[in-house]
Amino acid sequence: MNDHHAKQMRTPLRQVRGLGSARSGTTHFWHQRVTSVALLSLTIAFVVIVVMLLGRNHAAAVQILGSPLVAILMLLFIFTTAYHMWLGMQEIIVDYVHDDALKLFTLISNTFFCAAVGLACTYAILKLSFGV
Amino acid sequence: MAEFSLPKNSKVTEGKSWPSPMGAADVTEFRVYRWNPDDGQNPRLDTYYVDRRECGPMVLDALIWIKNHVDPTLTFRRSCREGVCGSCSMNIDGTNTLACTKHMDDVKGAVKVYPLPHQPVVKDLVPDLSNFYAQYASIQPWLKTDSPTPQGEWRQSKTDRDKLDGLYECILCACCSTACPSYWWNSDRFLGPAALLQANRWIKDSRDEATGERLDNLEDPFRLYRCHTIMNCAKACPKGLNPAKEIAEIKKNMVDRQL
Repeated sequence: MNDHHAKQMRTPLRQVRGLGSARSGTTHFWHQRVTSVALLSLTIAFVVIVVMLLGRNHAAAVQILGSPLVAILMLLFIFTTAYHMWLGMQEIIVDYVHDDALKLFTLISNTFFCAAVGLACTYAILKLSFGV
Repeated sequence: MAEFSLPKNSKVTEGKSWPSPMGAADVTEFRVYRWNPDDGQNPRLDTYYVDRRECGPMVLDALIWIKNHVDPTLTFRRSCREGVCGSCSMNIDGTNTLACTKHMDDVKGAVKVYPLPHQPVVKDLVPDLSNFYAQYASIQPWLKTDSPTPQGEWRQSKTDRDKLDGLYECILCACCSTACPSYWWNSDRFLGPAALLQANRWIKDSRDEATGERLDNLEDPFRLYRCHTIMNCAKACPKGLNPAKEIAEIKKNMVDRQL
């Protein structure tokens, strides 16, 4: 008997109850909202910084990005974006990817990707700030 | 992965076109989804012409007229014919609604009638709602109390009773849940707008003593948090309710009890 038939023999209520409530999801939901609110102003700051960099030569760009206020704003923007991106992508994967193995793979890839992008950007800003 | 096209044996083919009634001047064209589990055929779209002089104004009137005068094998659920029982919910002109309260003149061109989307079909316009009903049962839709039962009734202030307006009117027709994309992709684990609206009906009931337990049972990435406030539920509801708002209130409760 295949898996589908075995499942059909279970009552609908047994299937709906499944493994029970995970007692989680609220933190994910809340953090997504908080990062959204933070990104409202941080994105404006980021755009302003990018505009400031337009048309400048390399030395000037390094000077602007390395200055404490700009660097801290950029770091905040990077952390928040990477975290927000991680949460959001996770949500999309959980929505659409139903194959267990593929879901696990995409969820882990998403984590690795967001961590790598976030850290790479952070490293770039720190390198400019500390000039090493 | 989510499936974006119908499986081969579910592709809808062109069906039979029944002749227009003799001598009828005023006819409305109906294109109705037909599927019979016993004949091994793909679903098809049959065309009927309804004689408006002999028929009431609603889509359900037309379906009953077709069943009585043209094709007795046409299968659908109906009972109260006045928007109270929720039996005749189906997809009419692309929107989930009740056939008994949908005026056929509100549809431009041929009236297309399909069963509620994304549910297994039993026959023609009858969907299998076992999962939907089990989800309703899983939220335990009854008053739960631990205090000794009072001699009279469980008392409730008028203001607290008013909080149940917009909730108690739900007739469980499943128009909202089957209109929800999140429900389409994850109906096995996401409870869907109807069950969640009903859950909030009991969470908000001032007489109920199991609020925390009810929230515990909903606090789940799938059961509750698959709702992304798409709002198809509120658009579809033939009773004018707003399940999305109720779900948002449940989420707010979840945050409130953490902060």
